[in-house]
Amino acid sequence: MIVYLLCFVLFLTGLYGVITRRNLVKIVISLSIMEFSLFLFLALIGYVEGGTVPIVDPADTGAVYVDPLPQAMVLTAIVIGLATTAMLMAVIIRVYRKYKTMDIREIKNLRG
Amino acid sequence: MNPLIPLFIAIPLAGAFLTMILGKFLPRLNKYLGITVLLLLAMMSLISVATISGGTDIYKVGGWEPVGGIPIGIYMVLDNLSALLLCVINIVGLLAVIYSFTYISQYTSENYFYSLFCLMIAGMNGVVLSGDLFNIFVFLEISAISSYALVAFGVEREQLEATFKYQVLGGLASLVILLGTGFIYWKAKTLNIADAREVLWAGSEKPFYLLAQLLLLSGFGLKAAIIPFHAWLPDAHSSAPSPISAMLSGVLIKAVGIYVIFRLFFNMFVLSEEIAVLITVLGTLSMAVGVFLAIGQWDIKRLLAYHSISQMGYVVMSAGIGMILVSRGTKPEVAALALAGALFHLINHAAFKSLLFLNAGAIEYRTGTRNLREMGGLAACMPATSSTSFAASMAISGLPPFNGFFSKLIIIIAAVMARFYLLAAIAVIVSIVTLASFLKFQRYAFYNGKREAGKENLREVPFPMVLSMVTLALFCLLLSLAALPHFRDIIFTPAIRILTDAQQYTAPILGF
Repeated sequence: MIVYLLCFVLFLTGLYGVITRRNLVKIVISLSIMEFSLFLFLALIGYVEGGTVPIVDPADTGAVYVDPLPQAMVLTAIVIGLATTAMLMAVIIRVYRKYKTMDIREIKNLRG
Repeated sequence: MNPLIPLFIAIPLAGAFLTMILGKFLPRLNKYLGITVLLLLAMMSLISVATISGGTDIYKVGGWEPVGGIPIGIYMVLDNLSALLLCVINIVGLLAVIYSFTYISQYTSENYFYSLFCLMIAGMNGVVLSGDLFNIFVFLEISAISSYALVAFGVEREQLEATFKYQVLGGLASLVILLGTGFIYWKAKTLNIADAREVLWAGSEKPFYLLAQLLLLSGFGLKAAIIPFHAWLPDAHSSAPSPISAMLSGVLIKAVGIYVIFRLFFNMFVLSEEIAVLITVLGTLSMAVGVFLAIGQWDIKRLLAYHSISQMGYVVMSAGIGMILVSRGTKPEVAALALAGALFHLINHAAFKSLLFLNAGAIEYRTGTRNLREMGGLAACMPATSSTSFAASMAISGLPPFNGFFSKLIIIIAAVMARFYLLAAIAVIVSIVTLASFLKFQRYAFYNGKREAGKENLREVPFPMVLSMVTLALFCLLLSLAALPHFRDIIFTPAIRILTDAQQYTAPILGF
């Protein structure tokens, strides 16, 4: 149970960062922390007590395997997370060129 | 098995890659490729809506057959509800591409535009066709990432700020959706929507699934910009190039937000009255707050974006009334009427809101401004834009004989018949405020006689833009025919039957 709680603490740490940080890059880092806490959570829910790598060995009939499906989900989600982070970083570089700052308080053309 | 199902995703993906690879050598290819892809998709979606007739077509990706009655592969499911949404996506997409022919030539790197556009269409088609929770997440991210890039297409200060906001909030939404999916998999050990329904209805761990329901509702609510989650929408939708605003407001928030909420809450979860009431309240809030935020706006596209929130509120509220009645198990005919109102208004909103965004783009194309105070007297020099935007404004404010009148009427009648008199009254008041807001738009943009020097030589926009605007205006008129009983039976009744009776959805997939 403690592992799940730590995982949730990591998620909340990321959320806190997204809400309170002022620097654009730090917001993206916090978003990544949230993302990785989720990957950890997905890997955890597939874990079976005492399970081994899910490569089925016909000779060993008594073996317990962990659930491979969440692992496949995590792989897919990592690729998607990479695309999102790359896109955000590209936008931040462009924002810095236009505004000459990374402080979110100074980037406020859109109001109302 | 319907061979068209995988093509709905394969054709736009191929279009996106071919545009990028061949577009370098053949400079005019991107336009022709874009329109061919969308024309094919639009025809295919019309064929599927005509041939589906209440049945369900399933495509098993990779040919993985179920083992012991439990589906193990990825399923693509085409039923009446998804066929309806496919029609909306691909027809509005086709008209937006035609409009882009001249509009997007003011930007550089047109290849990127058409390529990202095709990717966005592929993502939305995938979300609508998917029968699997994780697959919905993957396709949703495809469409979301390409729409982030398209919002920033102008790479000016405003677009970059809007896209950053949109990406951070969209990223949060995706994470919450993934968390909800993880929770469902944890207990149900399945990701297939139909299979998960069987598990959820058999088991009774209600508090656990309530958490998953709330997570998924807030995630998809953020994508659909229901009111407490709406902050990104006015910025993103007003900063994007106009054909993209039309796609985002007209199609994207419905396909990846509202549609998934419908699918999951009607067809997967055990509908509980608390959640149904929550959805109704959120819908009513968006309806009322959205319109009051809209009325003070002077930027046309911001005004239209706030109205999107308000009109989506109508859809969500009406679906919520349907959910309350379904969960109580009383008055099934009123529940069906409320859902018919929701689906009808969803389609109508796609027609008139994309038309209004295209009109705003046409005005910006000729006058170079989006501020209502700097316009005036455009009716004389831009007759096509003026008359089509008049039709769309009347449709969105709910005046007969346009389509918006009939869908709002159905929603209000359903609310009265379900004895939610307060909701019916709010719906009427919001409709009147919408009318006031659009009369302001018409007056300041087109009829205020004030003409300044240098505006005398304004002309009508080029032919492709006029063509798509006139077609959408015709849709605004013709869609009111769908309120007739004969058409309603063909278009809406099978889709509603799938929503109200989840057995209809699960039985063909699980092979009973």
